[in-house]
Amino acid sequence: MSTIVEKILAKKSGKNSTTAGDFVVADIDVVFAHDGTALLAIESMQELGINKVFDPNKVVFFIDHAAPSPSPQISNIHLAMRKFAKQQGIKLFDVGSGICHQVLPEEGYVKPGSVIVGADSHSVTHGAFNAFAIGVGSTDAALAMATGKLWFKVPETVKVIVDGELRKYVMAKDLILNVLSIIKADGLTYEAVEYHGSCIKNMGVDGRMTIANMAVEMGAKASPMELNEPTELWLKQRIDVIEPVKADKDAKYYDEFFIDASKLEPLVAVPPNVDNVKPVREVEGLEVDQVFIGSCTNGRIEDILTAVKILEGKKVRVRCVVIPASRRIYMDAIKKGYVEKLVRAGCTVGPPTCGPCIGAHMGLLGEGEVAISTSNRNFTGRMGASSSKIFLASAATAAATALEGKLVDPRKYGEKL
Amino acid sequence: MKITGIAVKLGNHINTDLIISGKHKYRTQVISELTKYVFEDLDPKLKDKLAIGSVIVAGKNFGCGSSREQAPRVLKAAGVRAIVAESFARIFFRNSVNVGLPTIVVNLEYIRKIKDGDSLTIDLIEGRVFDNELGIDTKVSPYPKFILDIINDGGIAEYYKRFNAFPWDGKLL
Ligand code: SF4
Repeated sequence: MSTIVEKILAKKSGKNSTTAGDFVVADIDVVFAHDGTALLAIESMQELGINKVFDPNKVVFFIDHAAPSPSPQISNIHLAMRKFAKQQGIKLFDVGSGICHQVLPEEGYVKPGSVIVGADSHSVTHGAFNAFAIGVGSTDAALAMATGKLWFKVPETVKVIVDGELRKYVMAKDLILNVLSIIKADGLTYEAVEYHGSCIKNMGVDGRMTIANMAVEMGAKASPMELNEPTELWLKQRIDVIEPVKADKDAKYYDEFFIDASKLEPLVAVPPNVDNVKPVREVEGLEVDQVFIGSCTNGRIEDILTAVKILEGKKVRVRCVVIPASRRIYMDAIKKGYVEKLVRAGCTVGPPTCGPCIGAHMGLLGEGEVAISTSNRNFTGRMGASSSKIFLASAATAAATALEGKLVDPRKYGEKL
Repeated sequence: MKITGIAVKLGNHINTDLIISGKHKYRTQVISELTKYVFEDLDPKLKDKLAIGSVIVAGKNFGCGSSREQAPRVLKAAGVRAIVAESFARIFFRNSVNVGLPTIVVNLEYIRKIKDGDSLTIDLIEGRVFDNELGIDTKVSPYPKFILDIINDGGIAEYYKRFNAFPWDGKLL
């Protein structure tokens, strides 16, 4: 009678079973940090007085938040990371590789049933692959790097059952925005979330990652999903052994929610809160200055393809920045001809990076500017000037909006999707 | 372990940006330098109230937002001895344990009764919060022993330096 998290944490802490509320010390399978957090983690390790990582094969660094570097200060952070990585013999994915949450699973570091610790709050993304993946601060990252172990309180799990099929022009992003509007920004604090139901069972890897990614926007600790067929196929191209962890039929859940996917429509999160969600049609017509399609939430091939379908053969009316989440996605988009179609439509296609998502580089907003972004946070000033505004939406809504220069329901372009 | 301090009342959803803005984070790596900017956008005078040895009393989701560990470090350096709140954001809670700042979850009804400036005593071992002014107390769930040990030593780095081991080493919790 255990949830996915209870089972994973039992196995990794050498116990037969655990129950929500237990404290355990679990083995860490992978710990990672990026150019926004690695330096502090290195310093915290020094503070502990431990100068070797526990296993160089299980510690991974990413230069992704501001890559290539936009300033000498950030270049120095990159230098320090490369130096540490070299000293320790750990893998560092340098400029151009892509966003940590995309590259980690793509390169075969994420296994079902594993414990993954990232010095980044969106580390929950790896729940899409049936892992217990959580975001931590710099001391916890340092402890994991130094010892390969970390203590955890086994969280309660909330179950979200999503049945039915998403209609055309409605994407996984709209589904997770809907979940957010129901559960709210602090609705899952200390808790894990499991998604079940036919919609999740049939969903592709790209959509599942979008949904797991935004678990932290509800305060969730982890978002482990049961493996499904598309995800298993995807993983099999990258790793050898797959031992999925399933929740027991009689697992105890803290709460349950039901969603009928077939009833959903395109949604936006209106700033400055992620849970302030409205149907696009209610905000339609809002003038927009920039569209951003990218980030660890929606910079995958499904998102780029959706944009291509809407924009092909047409011209965008406003700045439209498209950034693939990883080099592999970038290559794929080039091979399939998507990049050319987007550039012809007037988009700016950037190299893989977090880019404007955290206001690091490549498309910051000026005073009072309005952006439609496919990322995960619409906090005040996140993408630039503090008077600028960020509306979160799907790639379909973003692309349709780029075409008209104002917020628009993508269903209007739906026949082509 | 008992902690006494003067209550400083704050609201809901106090995020890590309000505690210490991201713009100062890169200016100096020295935590004691950062204390002058604590709660700067909320109320620049708050830092003086914190300095006398304080207990922050807040609503829900305290410490939400980014995973920046400077937030609990700066509060501790600014004179905060403990934080009492209806709920804490998860990463902030963990970071606080690691840096040795006690965070205590208390029911809303009791939080509402506490007045700004009241003297509070917190018994971490027994799991109790007393308002010395009002003469009322409330029970809270005590920390597990290993967390108490970390907090007692002032954080995990201090603990490790003293014992050359972590509180969980060699045992299953
Ligand atoms: S894309 Fe945005 S949310 Fe994702 S890791 Fe990068 S900065 Fe964070």
